[in-house]
Amino acid sequence: MPTAESVYRQEFPVKGGDFAKAGAVACRIKELLKDLGLDTAIVRRAAIAAYEAEMNVIMYAREGRMDLAVSAQEVHITVDDQGPGIADVELAMTEGFSTATPEMRELGFGAGMGLPNIKRNSDVFYIDSRTGHGTRLKIIIRTNGHGTT
Amino acid sequence: MTLTDLATRLELKVFTAGIPLDRPVLGGYASDLLSDVIGHARKDDLWVTMQVHPNIVAVAVLKELAGIVLVNGREPAPETFAQAEREKVPVLGTRLGTFELVGRLYAMGVKGG
Ligand SMILES: Nc1ncnc2c1ncn2[C@@H]1O[C@H](COP(=O)(O)OP(=O)(O)O)[C@@H](O)[C@H]1O
Ligand SMILES: [Mg+2]
Repeated sequence: MPTAESVYRQEFPVKGGDFAKAGAVACRIKELLKDLGLDTAIVRRAAIAAYEAEMNVIMYAREGRMDLAVSAQEVHITVDDQGPGIADVELAMTEGFSTATPEMRELGFGAGMGLPNIKRNSDVFYIDSRTGHGTRLKIIIRTNGHGTT
Repeated sequence: MTLTDLATRLELKVFTAGIPLDRPVLGGYASDLLSDVIGHARKDDLWVTMQVHPNIVAVAVLKELAGIVLVNGREPAPETFAQAEREKVPVLGTRLGTFELVGRLYAMGVKGG
């Protein structure tokens, strides 16, 4: 986690079940990264990963928070939630697997592509989940030393 | 090709009257699954969908889509409309179904990736 060398750091709360605000944090993160002057391809990848992570907190958890930390070399997005956790992470990572409710599916959620989308757009991706407690995601996207020589 | 050209030639209904339609459309994507659009649509694509709820606006903003066309005569939910105006995402509509609309768009040169 970039700390002393972070050029930017911000935390965002996410409320479970709050579909009205779905995507708001991802949009904020995208704007911030754009304003920091990061390469558009990096911004796009971070926005996709942030969106899917935010949606999963909204869809499955009670509450959570997303932490954005940007250093000269990397964008870190850490997502922590209090919720049911994921019993079988490997299964959850399978494209097409989803426990979304019929109501969510009707709205176009629950394609089972969220975690695969995050993995595809990250350079480093960790999931750590405890059933009955919650889930932590760590997403790292390298900026190819943007801002350094 | 701009949204104006497409809207005129395909007689699309414009729901977001206050938003300029001079944006170029570089391609298209048709899907009702949000993660599919997030994963596969490209910047400046026109998005064809039957989803009308407000979350489609966030998807369009994040992916920098040229606009959204609602098919089968569907209309945006009131909150979708408000959010689209706020975020300047053009929302259009047609009585045509997805297959028919996409066929016509393709014939006009709007292609997938
Ligand atoms: N934060 C989370 N808390 C609990 N379960 C989760 C969380 N994120 C993902 N999951 C589980 O993993 C599955 C797959 O997630 P994802 O790939 O994002 O697809 P989708 O959200 O479309 O179901 C979900 O259906 C859910 O069962
Ligand atoms: Mg998901």
